[in-house]
Amino acid sequence: MRLAALLAAAAVALAAPGFAKDAPPTERDPIEQARSVKLANELRCLVCQNQSIAESNAELAVDLRRQIDEQIGAGKSDREIVDFMVARYGDFVLYRPPLKATTLLLWGGPLLLLAIGTLVGWRVLRGRQAKTDERPLTDEERGEAERLLAAARANREGA
Amino acid sequence: MIPELGQFALILALLLAVVQGTFPLAGAARGVREWMALAKPAAQGQFVFVAIAFGCLVWSFLQDDFSVLNVATNSNTRLPTAYKVAASWGSHEGSLLLWVLMMATWTVAVSLFSRHLPNEMVARVLGVMGLVSVGFLLFMLLTSNPFDRLFPPAPEGRDLNPLLQDPGMVIHPPMLYMGYVGFSVAFAFAIAALLGGKLDATWARWSRPWTTAAWCFLTIGIALGSWWAYYELGWGGWWFWDPVENASFLPWLIGTALIHSLAVTEKRGSFKSWTVLLAISAFSLSLLGTFLVRSGVLTSVHAFATDPKRGVFILAFLSVVIGGSLALFAWRAPKVGLGGRFDALSRESALLANNVLLAVAAGSVLLGTLYPLFLDALNLGKISVGPPYFDAVFAPIMAPLVFLMGVGPIARWKKAEVPDLVARLKWALGAAIGAGLAVPFLAGKWTPMIAFGLALAFWVFAASFVSVKERIRNFRGGLAARMAAQPRSYWGMLIAHVGVGVFIVGVTVVKGYETERDLRMDVGDTVTVGAHTFRFDGVRDVVGPNYRGARGDVTVSRDGKVIETLHPEKRIYTAQQMPMTEAAIDTGLFGDIYVSLGEPVDGGAWSVRVYAKPFVTWIWGGCFLMALGGALAISDRRYRVTARRESAVSANQAA
Amino acid sequence: MNKFVIPLAVFAILLAFLFVGLSLNPREVPSPLVGKAAPAFQLAQLHKPDAAFSHKDMAGKVWLLNVWASWCVACREEHPVLVDLAKANVVPIVGLNYKDKPDEGRAWLKQFGDPYLLSVMDRDGRVGIDFGVYGVPETFLIDKQGVIRFKQIGPVTRDVVNKKILPLVRELEKQS
Repeated sequence: MRLAALLAAAAVALAAPGFAKDAPPTERDPIEQARSVKLANELRCLVCQNQSIAESNAELAVDLRRQIDEQIGAGKSDREIVDFMVARYGDFVLYRPPLKATTLLLWGGPLLLLAIGTLVGWRVLRGRQAKTDERPLTDEERGEAERLLAAARANREGA
Repeated sequence: MIPELGQFALILALLLAVVQGTFPLAGAARGVREWMALAKPAAQGQFVFVAIAFGCLVWSFLQDDFSVLNVATNSNTRLPTAYKVAASWGSHEGSLLLWVLMMATWTVAVSLFSRHLPNEMVARVLGVMGLVSVGFLLFMLLTSNPFDRLFPPAPEGRDLNPLLQDPGMVIHPPMLYMGYVGFSVAFAFAIAALLGGKLDATWARWSRPWTTAAWCFLTIGIALGSWWAYYELGWGGWWFWDPVENASFLPWLIGTALIHSLAVTEKRGSFKSWTVLLAISAFSLSLLGTFLVRSGVLTSVHAFATDPKRGVFILAFLSVVIGGSLALFAWRAPKVGLGGRFDALSRESALLANNVLLAVAAGSVLLGTLYPLFLDALNLGKISVGPPYFDAVFAPIMAPLVFLMGVGPIARWKKAEVPDLVARLKWALGAAIGAGLAVPFLAGKWTPMIAFGLALAFWVFAASFVSVKERIRNFRGGLAARMAAQPRSYWGMLIAHVGVGVFIVGVTVVKGYETERDLRMDVGDTVTVGAHTFRFDGVRDVVGPNYRGARGDVTVSRDGKVIETLHPEKRIYTAQQMPMTEAAIDTGLFGDIYVSLGEPVDGGAWSVRVYAKPFVTWIWGGCFLMALGGALAISDRRYRVTARRESAVSANQAA
Repeated sequence: MNKFVIPLAVFAILLAFLFVGLSLNPREVPSPLVGKAAPAFQLAQLHKPDAAFSHKDMAGKVWLLNVWASWCVACREEHPVLVDLAKANVVPIVGLNYKDKPDEGRAWLKQFGDPYLLSVMDRDGRVGIDFGVYGVPETFLIDKQGVIRFKQIGPVTRDVVNKKILPLVRELEKQS
């Protein structure tokens, strides 16, 4: 297994060195650029079907990206920029749903489902050990079982 | 005349479906053999007429018959032939006809491959499928007739949506529908078992190949859809958690749980009522998906033109089919009884955990997809649930599942012990963790996400290796002989699991290492992304069969040497005046380079997006491996031995 | 309770929501600005580029702000309705010419009629963003205190004018 893992690692290493290198620096500060991209990924393009404003080429998306860049330049925090957008477009513009009273069930739902699932699974396991349909075979049933097994063996060897 | 013939064929199909859906079920309940015997001929007859109807629609498209409303809305004389055929299922009405065709296909397949099943079971299974067909045929004939006429006929068609003029449109919907509809077989088997009151390991044995076949088709369908979106939409995304994508993913998740649950029911007789519930749920989710796409309840890139009236019909249909089957379940399942016992740690419990995790994952995806609707319906405001939610919720649920994927095949049925499992798997675990820690360093960027993802994938590979090694140990002969001695169902499982590992490698590496540049390029400008340098050489005008466009020339070089020229395009399709981006992609085993044109900017320059996407092909490669594994499992000897024994038996009887 | 009934119960609840969902419109994004002060703006006028116009100029009046553009196809649909509304002289309409070329905007008004008291030019769309505009046309009804009372997303139809805008205008006029 180790050999397999090493070979895989070598393959990735041989193919990957260039892929991980960053593009040459632009005039824009990379931290600001990263913030801009991150924020754009968190906001929904309202004129598109299902894209963030980072992905979309629609005019509104381009305008909003410019807005984000300007606000970053003006020293606004991520929180302030997001609030700016939500004040104008509502919660719908958030690509990641906000955590509020009305979305508690949304964010908590999966955990709740997991808890319920685990509980049910656990109870099934424990119940299983208490009551089952098993009892030892009678002699008649044992004879039947051996007849069937012998027939199956013969069938397999013959077929 | 041909469209009328098609419509008439649909009416005949409906009548046969009614016969297929009523007499056999009544016959099975009352023991009337003649009524039960109607099932197979009715099913086969229905297939013939549905096929005729479908043929008539395709013929109308091929003949550019613009007196048929559907053809006029979705086709064009200049549309290439392959896309004329695909356009027949490109609309709501046409895709319904495709659904009905698939339904008839699966039904006729069940009627042909069920000689070894008892008569009442066949009658019930075909009967249930007949009832579902009745629903869809009625829906089509009453609200969504593909053969509606247009008077006077249009001089020219409106053309198929340019986004759909692609080989993807030719094969993605048929594959997807084969999967969706295929789960109706498992559904029918489940209902038949509940109706008959007999639910045992043999029932699971019969259901299994049908369910796995449907699952294979759905896997391929979803993978193709993802790949198509990736190369078609122009920004390199491959999964968007779009409501319609989720609608196809939900039956897939439950279908995966179902094929694992069936394994337990077949081998050990356990999980019976749970398996039945899963079978009902898988097809119910297929139906729910149909509703979501066509009713206007959710917005999506994929949604058909919406019409609440149709939505009401489908919802009524849904409530009858799903409500009816769940009511039947509530009534009959308690009598089904338990199966064999097994320990808290055993292969059964691993599979139980598999089912719990998959069900929770499906529930979470459903929750996220429908939550905006819930809030809106309760007047609590409008939110949108985008990919960040699904990504945050889905991966943590899947991670333990992937871990179990390594343990399950190694654990024994009924009773497994921790020290034993640890001893057999500790090297695999070590290799996985080691690879997860080391490989990202070697690749140039280390993050916890990448390390964890790679560790999971290597865990699957390593544990699979252990499984094979142990399994062939007890056989004699050379390596090849020992491997050939293993049943195909084993290899199917292994390859499918390895496929999951391959998929995880693809997703992890792409998400971790992809790079993108979005910039304005003048003629002669270059940009370096990853190991490649791209030079923009300008744009030429091109004219296609039903479009005109601008074709870019981008020269790609690596280490100073020119390796190829890519040609991204920006097209305007004449009929609908719709702009479209055709990305230029160089696909390789270890990754893609992807170039797409944005908009022209002043001075002859263009905005261009350049991506490097390492290992992205492993995403779909993994999916195809999963489907291959499923196909292998279906071709296992035990399903063919039964067929052979039957032909021997029937030969004996004839003699 | 029989635990086997749970799936049916869950489905029944889901069904109820889906049924309600059929009457909703998932694409409509309601504005969070309704009930809040209209954003401040000061822009050059379309027909008098040297003169500015600001929100303060409409203080104390009930008025409509209509976002339009010459490239907007749906605007042509609603334009006759606005022209008629302007003729009735019930409420002044100020146009916000959104992301348009001034020449083309002026030509469009000449061709299709000018229902506006005046139009201002929002060339780069910033004021639009402040108003939460995401699709053209959009129309805002603003009261004497400068608070947005109603937003119409999409073309204004005669139905909307008669059932929503005019009654609200009458009510708001009564306020001081």
